[in-house]
Amino acid sequence: MASVSDNVMKFFRSSSNQTAGPAVPQKITRRSSGMGEISRLLNSQESLCVLDLGSTSANNIRFFTSKGHKNYSEDLLRSSLEPALRVQDADGNSVVDSKKFLDDNLLYASAQFDVVLCWNLPDYMEESLVKPTIDRLWSVMKPGGLLLAFFHTRDAGPDTTCYRYHVTDTDMLEIQEVKLALPGRPKSEKQSPRLQRVFNNRHIENLFRDFASIKFFLARDAIREVLVVR
Amino acid sequence: MDAPKSGEFAHIGKSVVIKGEVSGSEDLYVDGSVDGKIELRNHSLTVGPNGNVKADVTAKAVVIQGKLDGTVNASDRVELRKAAVVNGDVTTQRIAIEEGAFLKGKVDIQKEAGKAAGLASS
Repeated sequence: MASVSDNVMKFFRSSSNQTAGPAVPQKITRRSSGMGEISRLLNSQESLCVLDLGSTSANNIRFFTSKGHKNYSEDLLRSSLEPALRVQDADGNSVVDSKKFLDDNLLYASAQFDVVLCWNLPDYMEESLVKPTIDRLWSVMKPGGLLLAFFHTRDAGPDTTCYRYHVTDTDMLEIQEVKLALPGRPKSEKQSPRLQRVFNNRHIENLFRDFASIKFFLARDAIREVLVVR
Repeated sequence: MDAPKSGEFAHIGKSVVIKGEVSGSEDLYVDGSVDGKIELRNHSLTVGPNGNVKADVTAKAVVIQGKLDGTVNASDRVELRKAAVVNGDVTTQRIAIEEGAFLKGKVDIQKEAGKAAGLASS
């Protein structure tokens, strides 16, 4: 016979099931050579200044702050989708106002950050914002600072899943599908953002041409990891 | 989290707009707009789903379900629920962030003497 406490717990479990929202996307793990290098830096030094440009992650905040680093979080992809940023160009097309975007985002002192985690941002961000964003990142990074970005290869299709990234203490990342309210769609109808383009190696080198050095890591999952030194 | 029963919290309803400084010695639930400063020290602030706070906040605990622009200084904990949108720096001992919450700013986890900082993830 079930005890009173069992019955009480059943009641709470069934109540919470009734009010549960959409299921939280499952986390899967992925090895990252670029993150391995960043982890070594984070584990060997204290009081680094880290800018995380991915979706807000309690896991990442815990990781950075527990090691004594300063953590700044800014979900740039979500910010870039703000309807207020959209204007019409001379041909009547709806485009993002890159000047307004940079007036509202990435507002930091120059040479502030030791580490910038860009994740897959350039692949999902609107074309007009990519170069200005990388240029702004150059200015807010310290000389010698590291930037990590992921670029899809040509094997990736437009419907490739967009992920958020949770760091661990090693070269393993936990990744989780991102769904956002996209422009022109109802706010309640969240979808995975679409891959905007695929950069080739020359495009990537041009994008980071003001930086001191660039290192590529080719992964098995149609991703090139890029570790850039300011 | 549902809206708390009145009597447990001081309640600023969703049609109420306050400009200026709000301070008190009881817990506060804001589902309306506050533009200025909120200071509760040893009590908690909950920003409801309709809440729109443009203020620097000082409290023991801060739970955000709506929008907050300003710095948050919570001596105990901060919780960002799934629809939370926070633009500002957060200083606290513990922070919990649900999947879908948005935070733009610096997070400073201040460790209490003899106690490790703890974070609950989504």
